[in-house]
Amino acid sequence: MHRTKVKVAEDALDANETIARANRDDFDRASVRVVNLMSAPGAGKTSLLERALADLDGVRAGVLEGDVQGSADADRIAALHVPVTQLNTDPSFGGECHLDANMVRSAIPSLPLDHIDLLVIENVGNLVCPAEFRVGEDARVMVASVAEGEDKPLKYPLMFRTCELVLINKVDLLPHLDFDLDRFLYNLDAVNPDVARMKLSARTGEGVDEWRSWLARLPDRVAAAV
Amino acid sequence: MHELALSQAIVDTAIRHAEGRRVTSVQMRIGTLRQVVPDSLAFYFEIVSRDTVCEGADLEHELVTALLECRDCGETWDPAPPPIATRGAELLPLGSVPTFRCPSCGTGGEVLRGGEFWVESITVENEEDACIAPR
Repeated sequence: MHRTKVKVAEDALDANETIARANRDDFDRASVRVVNLMSAPGAGKTSLLERALADLDGVRAGVLEGDVQGSADADRIAALHVPVTQLNTDPSFGGECHLDANMVRSAIPSLPLDHIDLLVIENVGNLVCPAEFRVGEDARVMVASVAEGEDKPLKYPLMFRTCELVLINKVDLLPHLDFDLDRFLYNLDAVNPDVARMKLSARTGEGVDEWRSWLARLPDRVAAAV
Repeated sequence: MHELALSQAIVDTAIRHAEGRRVTSVQMRIGTLRQVVPDSLAFYFEIVSRDTVCEGADLEHELVTALLECRDCGETWDPAPPPIATRGAELLPLGSVPTFRCPSCGTGGEVLRGGEFWVESITVENEEDACIAPR
């Protein structure tokens, strides 16, 4: 039996990257800037969006919600009168634990791209897999809550490294926790030196102005970088 | 956790290059910065390759050690998975916590190696060697 070695030399995730670029082209054509918002489940992604999207200095926002099941998060965003689409990874996509470019592409027809300037893709709660799959975003942001512990950057370096902004949420809980903020920041800088970070509380509103401002200015920052 | 999606991507790539021929093995290069568990990958590869030309193929991999290069001073180093600092411990000096900061000057680094999830090659059976039953 003769065998032949066939050279392939391809990134196995090329297919996802290709679709991500196609998504990006669609977003660029409509002049919509896109944020991929990631975190562990329950860190506060939806709460921070509820706080920020109510008033974005005239920037029109839309949200694509990714969850395994249900529309709980989309319902909360809809209550703000922000256009929102819910994408469930189960059943159509086998209950995937992350959004990939293909799933986001399937949702594009339902997004009002001509009526928004900024799209926030709220990814499935997961510190591992979403980091591996680009979906066509301009910026990646993650939320790390103080309730999760200061070792998380060391345990999930890819997620913390792939983001350009880390939102440290639930700081209102600090008096009740043993969380060592200096240790967390030290660990964060070990895996993503000098990454932008903000301390916030979605519950009390502390620090939310800076987050809102970052979102509102993203379209200008992206335009300037092009 | 996402090894199912990753192994599907490998199978799709292999099928495309096999051009109908049976695949006996796939050679991967996987960087240590990727969050991949090779055993888990092989497990899912076996499942997703059923009823394809990859069924029964071995999934081989070579691990590529990560290497970063400092943006400022050009020093190169291997970040290596860091140990978890224990609660109450003194902040360890930079050199003791394997890190993505340059050990010489403390600036961040660019990844030279370690992010690979590469299908290097596949081994296929030649069509002209298909078994012919003996007379």
